[in-house]
Amino acid sequence: MSIPRSLAGVVLALALLCPAMLTTAAEIGQVKIAKGQVTIEREGKALPASVGARLQTADVVKTGPDGSVGITMDDDSLLSAGPNSVLSLDRYVFDPTTNQGRFDASLNKGTLAVISGRIAKQSPDAMTIRTPTAVLGVRGTEFAVSAND
Amino acid sequence: MTESRGVGRRRGAWVVACAVLAGCASSGTVVLLPEKDGKPAAVSVKQGDKEVVLDQPYAAAKVTPLGPRTYSSNAQEVQSQFGTTLAAQPSRPESFTLLFVEGKDEFAESKEIVDKILSEIAKRPVPDVLVIGHTDAVGTDQYNDALGLKRAEAVRTRLISMGIPAGDIRAVSRGKRELAVKTPDGVPEPRNRRVEIIVR
Repeated sequence: MSIPRSLAGVVLALALLCPAMLTTAAEIGQVKIAKGQVTIEREGKALPASVGARLQTADVVKTGPDGSVGITMDDDSLLSAGPNSVLSLDRYVFDPTTNQGRFDASLNKGTLAVISGRIAKQSPDAMTIRTPTAVLGVRGTEFAVSAND
Repeated sequence: MTESRGVGRRRGAWVVACAVLAGCASSGTVVLLPEKDGKPAAVSVKQGDKEVVLDQPYAAAKVTPLGPRTYSSNAQEVQSQFGTTLAAQPSRPESFTLLFVEGKDEFAESKEIVDKILSEIAKRPVPDVLVIGHTDAVGTDQYNDALGLKRAEAVRTRLISMGIPAGDIRAVSRGKRELAVKTPDGVPEPRNRRVEIIVR
């Protein structure tokens, strides 16, 4: 009898710990603007990307034919994607004390505008954007890219 | 019969491969946009071992099977190609600085600057605030990182007392890594003891 009870305790402790870990350490940015159809794909599930939604590493942000989305990252990088876009936040590491970090994103489809933030300012080439055919190295900058014309 | 079908299938595969390549060939444009503050900027465009660097406003590159091809874009073209995308850009982060008052454990917060911060927060649909503590160059990194964080936490507490939700404000420290007034290490400088408040 005491074994199942302690097991239940472990399960409860894990259940209490896990959401806290997911919501604090993992947040890397926030949706500031969302127009039309915008979704976030996370672990195989599609979530609505409403204004205020927090983003995590490995999230894939998708916009529909009438959709566009604006995202502010933790290091003040600003990303916005136009209609019919697929933007994947592949890798994001940022230390706000040293400003050291690494930001890799992929634009698999559509259009993207970027204003780079603290990561790119601190270390040139610490931020890259991949398209299906090219790799962009960001050196403290503002630019726009399309994956398909 | 079987052999010719095999060839046919192979040819079919080629057509698909070509279609994919053709799709890629006409795909991809990168345009460097003019910086609002005129700072030097660049973006490199790399395809395999071929690379170009765009470092002038409206310098652009098209991705082609032969590698990136540079050309000059312009405001009008950017607007027609990226207008909707640029319209979705979040507001730029807005930064405010409070100086630390020597000897007193507080900040020189004028009503004017507090009003500015609060109105900037009110302007944004989903504001989040980053409070960054800075120190002067006296002491070790470890000491100053802790001191900067203490300063940032004090301002964070003040903002919470003004009604900004605690969950929307984060306090961090840059220690002595980002001096407002450049000094040699170990030099006291009141203007470096400050807290930056970034509304985004």
